[in-house]
Amino acid sequence: MSGPHDHHDHDHDHDDHAPIEQDAEAKEFALLERAIRELLIEKGLFTADDVRRVIDQGATVSPADGARVIARAWRDPAFKQRLLTGSKKAIEELGYDLGGPEPNLIVLENTPQVHHVVVCTLCSCYPRVLLGPPPDWYKSTEYRARVVVEPRAVLQEFGTTIGDDVEIRVVDSTADMRYLVLPMLPKGSEKLDEAALAGLITRDCMVGVTLPRPV
Amino acid sequence: MSYRYAVGDKVRVLAGDPPGHIRTPFYIRGKTGVVEERWGEFRNPEELAFGKPGLPKRPLYLIRFKQAEVWPGYKGPAADTVSADIYEHWLEPAR
Repeated sequence: MSGPHDHHDHDHDHDDHAPIEQDAEAKEFALLERAIRELLIEKGLFTADDVRRVIDQGATVSPADGARVIARAWRDPAFKQRLLTGSKKAIEELGYDLGGPEPNLIVLENTPQVHHVVVCTLCSCYPRVLLGPPPDWYKSTEYRARVVVEPRAVLQEFGTTIGDDVEIRVVDSTADMRYLVLPMLPKGSEKLDEAALAGLITRDCMVGVTLPRPV
Repeated sequence: MSYRYAVGDKVRVLAGDPPGHIRTPFYIRGKTGVVEERWGEFRNPEELAFGKPGLPKRPLYLIRFKQAEVWPGYKGPAADTVSADIYEHWLEPAR
């Protein structure tokens, strides 16, 4: 019988690093994208500078923008009401321009009875307009496949325990709506001002896989 | 805008498997849920994907399903749910 170290008597790092997901497929899509983009530029439908500008715009949004909106909702009940019933107008009050072709944004309020968690099982639909580009784990086939089947186990892996008396509501953004979670204000943070509150809110809280940590 | 279903109506997602760009996930095809929200009308992505206009627009609903209905072996509490946005032409009335 061979010992556990038989194949590891050399001293270099022999771990299989986690492969980048769908690498081969991604390369094919990248080639396809480049070919189509070059053709469209050649035909004068848009310029290379247009492409750069759109990419730049996407990168200027970050979870700090979402956190600002959530912190305002925690501090201002009337704003929260407007956010929950017509998020676009409410968010524009904070100076964001949502006039573009972005899909509709829906804010889901967590309560003592309901905890929301967002996924796109079909691809990677995400509230980019307030969070920027999604993290790799959100796009991974593992998260997308598992969070709808065993949400509590997945949340546990994020360090999040939701009591059995709370409904976990997984929301799969399969079409024209994008979902952002409004977490509950953590106990002990009631007296913080809006800027301090915004500091408690992370990207993952707004996807619903973690909870804001109490101060 | 005319909706065939009201909030609270029980609906079943069609179980078909037509070719093309379908936004109805497989795991809820054939499953019964409840209309939670009516989101308005949107151009049909099944046509948009092929460069067509996607008209007439299709009503879009948020449908909520009991996890136990979607996954018969679901281990979590009975109250747990999963919701998805489904276009009207993928729904039929259920009892």
